[in-house]
Amino acid sequence: MTAEADIARIPFEPPARPSHPPVPPPAVERPPVELTIDGRAVAVPAGSTILDACRAQGIDTPTLCYVENLTPVNVCRICVVEVAGSRTLVPACSRPAEAGMDVQTDSERVRLSRKMVLEFLGSSVDVSLAGPREPDGSIAAYAARYGADPSRYGDAAAPAAADERDARESGHHHPAAGEPTAATVSQPVKVDNELYVRDYSRCILCYKCVEACGVDAQNTFAIAVAGRGFDARISTEWNVGLPDSACVYCGNCIGVCPTGALMFRSEHEMRAAGTWDESAQTVTETICPYCGVGCALTLHVQDNSIVKVSSPMDSSVTDGHLCVKGRFGFEFVQNREG
Amino acid sequence: MDIHVVAPLASPAERSAVDAVLDPEIGPPVSGWRGGARTTADGHAARGGHEARGRRDLLLPALHAVQERIGWISQPALGYICRRLTVPPAEAYGVATFYAMFATRERPPIVAHVCDDIACRLSGAEETCAELERTIGPAGTPAATADGTASTWLRSPCLGLCERAPAALFTVAGETPRAFEAAPVDAIGIAARLRGASRARGPEADVRAIVPQAGDPALRLLARVGRIDPTSLAAYRASGGYEGLARALEIGPVATIEEVTASRLLGRGGAAFPTGRKWAAVASQPAQPHYLVCNADESEPGTFKDRVLLEHDPFAVIEGMTIEAFATGASRGYLYLRAEYPLAATRVAAAIAAARSAGLLGPDVAGSGFAFDIELRRGAGAYICGEETALFESIEGGRGEPRNKPPFPVEVGLFGRPTAINNVETLVNVPLILRDGAAAFAAVGTEGSSGPKLFCLSGHVARPGVYEVPFGTTLRELLDIAGGAPGGRTIRVILLGGAAGTFIGPEALDTPLTFEGTRAIGAALGSGVVMVFDETDDLVGTLRRIAAFFRDESCGQCVPCRVGTVRQEELLARLAAGRPRGSTADEVGLLREIGQAMRDASICGLGQTASSAIESALRVGVVTV
Repeated sequence: MTAEADIARIPFEPPARPSHPPVPPPAVERPPVELTIDGRAVAVPAGSTILDACRAQGIDTPTLCYVENLTPVNVCRICVVEVAGSRTLVPACSRPAEAGMDVQTDSERVRLSRKMVLEFLGSSVDVSLAGPREPDGSIAAYAARYGADPSRYGDAAAPAAADERDARESGHHHPAAGEPTAATVSQPVKVDNELYVRDYSRCILCYKCVEACGVDAQNTFAIAVAGRGFDARISTEWNVGLPDSACVYCGNCIGVCPTGALMFRSEHEMRAAGTWDESAQTVTETICPYCGVGCALTLHVQDNSIVKVSSPMDSSVTDGHLCVKGRFGFEFVQNREG
Repeated sequence: MDIHVVAPLASPAERSAVDAVLDPEIGPPVSGWRGGARTTADGHAARGGHEARGRRDLLLPALHAVQERIGWISQPALGYICRRLTVPPAEAYGVATFYAMFATRERPPIVAHVCDDIACRLSGAEETCAELERTIGPAGTPAATADGTASTWLRSPCLGLCERAPAALFTVAGETPRAFEAAPVDAIGIAARLRGASRARGPEADVRAIVPQAGDPALRLLARVGRIDPTSLAAYRASGGYEGLARALEIGPVATIEEVTASRLLGRGGAAFPTGRKWAAVASQPAQPHYLVCNADESEPGTFKDRVLLEHDPFAVIEGMTIEAFATGASRGYLYLRAEYPLAATRVAAAIAAARSAGLLGPDVAGSGFAFDIELRRGAGAYICGEETALFESIEGGRGEPRNKPPFPVEVGLFGRPTAINNVETLVNVPLILRDGAAAFAAVGTEGSSGPKLFCLSGHVARPGVYEVPFGTTLRELLDIAGGAPGGRTIRVILLGGAAGTFIGPEALDTPLTFEGTRAIGAALGSGVVMVFDETDDLVGTLRRIAAFFRDESCGQCVPCRVGTVRQEELLARLAAGRPRGSTADEVGLLREIGQAMRDASICGLGQTASSAIESALRVGVVTV
C-alpha cells in the first residue's frame, strides 16, 4: 500500500473545539494610589484622576467643561484644587492622582479661583441654564457657595449684532471711548435649520461640542474654535450656516453642551413660548427602531409629545451619542396624519 | 474624515502659491479630492488621504504662501489647502483666524504694521497713528497708491525693534512677496512707503544703533556682531565658529551634556530652567524620535536680543542647535521664528542652506556619521506661540493653544515625542561652553547665574540697544553703560522682564542683575527687558497698553485668562477715567483678586503673568489711582 493511499484513509478529524472562548491574559494588578485629600488619607484605583478621588470621597467638586464620555480639556478651571508643591492650582478633572499627593479642595486659593471663574462666566455669558439642573449642583448653588457676584464688573455691554462676533479678527482691538462696560458674548440666537439652534450667548467655550463633532464621537469636524482670546467662538467653516456646513445633524453636540447653548429647536421654541416645563416631563427609556445597532434612547415627553431625545452616557452601545435618526427622527411617532 | 468643502475652486494664483509649498513635500494633487482635476476614477474616496493628513504640519506654511501671494486668505484658497492636506475646513478656518497676520477678509496687498506697543509708545507711536488716521483714514482703510495697488495700515503689537522705536513692518504681497521693517519711522515715512515711493528694505541700520558695544573685544555672545559678515560661513568658521561642535563630536553626547550641566547654564527665555538637566532628560527618554526646537518666537514686548543674534550671528544659533541635537539624540530640529522678523528669516534660511551644503547639516554632520537637519518654521502673529507647548501646536498645524502640563515636553513634546526646546540666546551660549570649557564659562557671573547675559535696553535711555554684561552687574551699572537717562531727565521707574515682568522703582537700581538677585526684590529677569521710563512718561497709558496686549494675545482657551484679561483692562480704563466702581480701594482689591485667579488657575504662563506688571506698578506706587 502506498503512503498516499494511507493518508487518504485517515479520516479527517477537526481539532476539538475549546469548551470556552480564549481567555485574555490576566490584567496586571496595579496597586491603588495613596494620597491625602483635605488631610484624609485615601486610596484610589490606579489611573484615577483627582476628580475621581474627590467624588469617591463625596467631596462635591464643581465641573463645567468635564463630561464623562469625552476627553477632559480642563479649560473652565472651576475644578481646580491645590496640590502641595505645585506653584499653580491644578485641574482635578484631568490630573491623575499620584502617590503621596497632598490635595486641598477648599483652601483660600481654591475658593478664590472658583469664585472668580464663576464671576468671569456669570458676567460674560448667560449661564442660567448651565450645569446639572438639580438644586445642589446648579451654577447658582455654586455661586452662593463661593460667594460669586458677577455684578462687580459693571453693567453688561450691549449685545453684539448677528454675526458681528464671528467677524472679529485676532490681534488688535480698539477699546471704545467713554465709560467701559463689562464685555459679554451676548448675540442673537442662530436659527438656520429645523432641528437645533445655537445660542452662543450661553456658550462658555468648553470645547465639548467640538470634541463630540470630532474625534471623540462623530468624526464630522463641522465645527471648531475660531478667533482668539475673548473673541474666540465656536464656528463652522467661514461661519456658514449649518445647512451649508459639514454638519450631519447627529446632535451629539447638543447632548454634551453643559449650558444650553445648543438646544433642540423644539425646546428653544417652547422656552420662547413659555411652555417648556421640565417638571411636567416624563422620561421613557427605549431602543431606537431605525437600524440594527440598538441605540438606547431616552425620550423626554411633555403633554404626550416627545420634546427631545437623549441617550444615557453609560449606555455601552452609544456612550451617550446618537445619529440624526435617533436624535431627531421622533417626529414620525407624533405624525397623526395617515 | 469628512471633508466638506463648499467654496468654489481657488484662483490659479492661489493654487500655485499652495502648490509651491506642498508639491515638494507631498507631491502634486493626485485626485479631485486632493484639489486636482476631478476624474471619473475619483468617486468619493479620499485617495492618498493618509499621506496628506500626516502632513498637517504644512498647514501654516500653506496659509503663509497664500497670505504672501494674495495678501489675504479667501474661502476658495482655504478650501484648496483643506483638500490638498485633508484638513476639515472648520478646523483650518479656526487655525487661520487664530493668527493675527493671516487675514481671512479681503485686505490690500501692501500693509504697514505700525507698532504701538510699550517702547514705541514712549517714542510717539500714538501720535504717528493719530497722524495716519488723519491722512489715510482709520486703521484698515484701503488707500490707493501710485501704481494702483491698494495699501493700508494696521496697528501691531511689539515688533521687536524697540532700540530704534517707533517702528513699522511692511508686508508687500505678490509674486515675489517682500517684507521689511522701517525704524525709526514717522507717519510721513510710513505714508511714503505705502504710496510706493520706496517699497524695499532701506540701507541696514548702523550696527551701533542696535548693539552700541559692537566691536568690544570683551564681548562673547555678541563677539561677531558688526565684525564679521553674518551671511558668510567661512567668516564664521574663521572667527572660531564650529569649534564647539568639533569638541562635542570628539567627546561624545554624554560628556557634552555633562559639560553643559557643569557650566550651570540656565535657560535665557525667561523660565531659567537648567539647560543641562533638560538635555539629560530628553536624552534618556526611550521613546523615539527625539525632536529639538529652537524657540525664536521672541514676542515679549521690549525684547529684541534674539532678533539681533539671528540677524547678526545666525550660524552660532545653528551650531548651538547641532550640538544640542547631538547631545539629546535628535535628528530633526525646528527653528520657530516669529513672522515679524523678515530679515532674521532670510539670514537664518541662508545660513541653514550654507551649513547644509558645507556638510555641517544633513545625513553626515561634519563627517561624523551623525545625521541632523533643521527646518525653519514661521509663526503668524501670536505672542502665545512663544509658550513652548503652544509653539508645538503651531508647528503641528494647529491653533496656538498651550497644553496642560504635565506631561512636560521632555517626555511628550512636538508630535508627541520627547523634545528639547531652548531659547535662541541659550543656544548661542552652547558653542562657547563647548569651545572654552564649562569652567571658563562658569567663571563669569555668579554662583546662581553663570555666564554672560544679554539685556534689551529701550525707552528713555541715552543709547538703547542690546547689551552684554556678566551676570551680577547691577542695574545702575548697566544703565550707566547705556548712558543713563537722556537730557538730564530722571529715571522714574524701570520695567524689568517685559509686559509679563515687573515695574521696579529707582531705589532698586543697585540690584545685581541675576536670577537670584531679582527674585530677592520680587521681580524676575524674564527675557532681559530693561525699559526705562522718566518723569515725563504716561504710565497709566502704558499700563492700559499692557492690559490691552494681554487681552489681545490671550489664546482664549481657559476662563481665568480669557475673561480675566478683559476684566483687568476694563478696570484700568475705569481707573484712568477717574470713575471707579465703588471706591478706588474696592477697585484695587478687585484687581488683586483678578490677578490672583489668573496666576493660580490659568493653564499657561501668559495668564499666570498677565497681571504681574500692573500689580507691581501699583505696589511700587508709580501709578497713583
